[in-house]
Amino acid sequence: MHALTNRSKMVSDKKMTFLEWIYLPAIAKGMFITIKHFFRKKTTINYPEETREFSKVYRGLHVLKRDDQGRERCTACGLCAVACPAEAITMVAAERKPGEENLYREEKYAEVYEINMLRCIFCGDCEEACPKEAIFLTDRLVPSDYERLPFIYGKDMLVEPLDPNMRIDVSARQTENLLKFKQNKQFAHNK
Amino acid sequence: MSLVKVIIDNIEVEVESGTTILNAARKIGGSVVPPAMCYYTKLEGSGGYCRSCLVKVAQGSAKDPRPMPKLVPSCRTTVQDGMVVQNITSPEVMDNRRAITEFLLLNHPLDCPVCDQAGECHLQDLSYVHGLEETRTTEERRTFEPIDIGDKIKLNMNRCILCYRCVKVADQLTDQRVHGVLGRGDHSEISTYILKAIDNDFSGNMIDVCPVGALTDKTFRFKSRVWYTNPMDAHRECSKCGGKTVLWMKGDEVLRVTGRKDKYGELEEFICNDCRFEKKNPNEWIIEGPRKIERHSVISQNHYEKLLIEENNPKIKIEK
Repeated sequence: MHALTNRSKMVSDKKMTFLEWIYLPAIAKGMFITIKHFFRKKTTINYPEETREFSKVYRGLHVLKRDDQGRERCTACGLCAVACPAEAITMVAAERKPGEENLYREEKYAEVYEINMLRCIFCGDCEEACPKEAIFLTDRLVPSDYERLPFIYGKDMLVEPLDPNMRIDVSARQTENLLKFKQNKQFAHNK
Repeated sequence: MSLVKVIIDNIEVEVESGTTILNAARKIGGSVVPPAMCYYTKLEGSGGYCRSCLVKVAQGSAKDPRPMPKLVPSCRTTVQDGMVVQNITSPEVMDNRRAITEFLLLNHPLDCPVCDQAGECHLQDLSYVHGLEETRTTEERRTFEPIDIGDKIKLNMNRCILCYRCVKVADQLTDQRVHGVLGRGDHSEISTYILKAIDNDFSGNMIDVCPVGALTDKTFRFKSRVWYTNPMDAHRECSKCGGKTVLWMKGDEVLRVTGRKDKYGELEEFICNDCRFEKKNPNEWIIEGPRKIERHSVISQNHYEKLLIEENNPKIKIEK
């Protein structure tokens, strides 16, 4: 039979030499490899006291952004849900009433917006599909739990806080072209 | 009726004389059919406004083989024997169509994420194929407040492309038209003068004939996106109309009722307001089965087999 690799060794029952028979050199060689690892840099970290450095475009827990006036950007267009390969997103739309202009950017908004984090595969297709720059994935993690229900994240968990200091920065995720487009205040999209 | 031969995009077709180029192209079908935003087969005198169906006539007829000097609207031009028409094979036509699309979108708010028509909008389809990726204008767009044109009809004038279809529906389907186009040029707008003035029994059909989201159903307003609903053919005994409709269902809930549209987005039959707005209980309908939707349409997203629909919704009985 043909060997698939050249790493295989033929087994033989030849008599061991004296050095091989006392096993000590082999043990010493093995111990050397083991002890060498004691002095290497540790690969584990003490999570959660320490956290690893995240990639700029790490895909973790979602955020529903507000615009610079604190209005919710999401207009419940449903494109994220239709782009979602895991069908993790559901939403119910509602009409903005007069007087709520400071809360919602468009005349329609998401009354209910839920992401099932157990279904979500964090592919980022939702932020790709979003025409309103409303949903972004961030470098935050979804904490573990013993129950299933807490993994269905509603708007209370997803929408970013109104407080300007608590906003979640996603500028690293935005492409250069987009940032350039946003400079131009003449387009209705940026007003 | 004598038959005449026309060649559209190198495909020969025999049609009755007096047929328009658009209808001759529809006889061939497929991608040679020019888009039509304002022409509507069932409405007399429709067509000629939107210019999206302009085609090139490379040879006027067998007797007079000179080409027509300009692009002609295919919905208004009748065929002649030996006519040679170029639609998608002519770069001039495609270039022109791109420009027309840009003009149609000049004042369009591009609020598809909010609009209820998204997914079944002809302007969306047109701009998907011919539109530019970027807006080249920075001027203020013509804006109006959305108003209630009838009890259950919302008019969002911003989205209107002035195709006159709704006016023609009101003219030809009902005895008295109470809405029309006011103003001229850039100032023209669909209006009734008096809010909620339209209360005709067949007024709801203007929602279906509207190629864009200018006229929308208030009972369906923001309820769901079109592609999350299951279109089901259904009928009922109706004293006013044929009662043949499509129910747009989510679970066992009827979110919207519309007429049945063919592949060019034209109604097969006009339906009455009773069927459209009042009958939202699935028990009032005899459901025939899922409507055939083109595979590439966004509406067929996440739609499964007939069997599965029945299994998931035990209340719905599909007539075999």
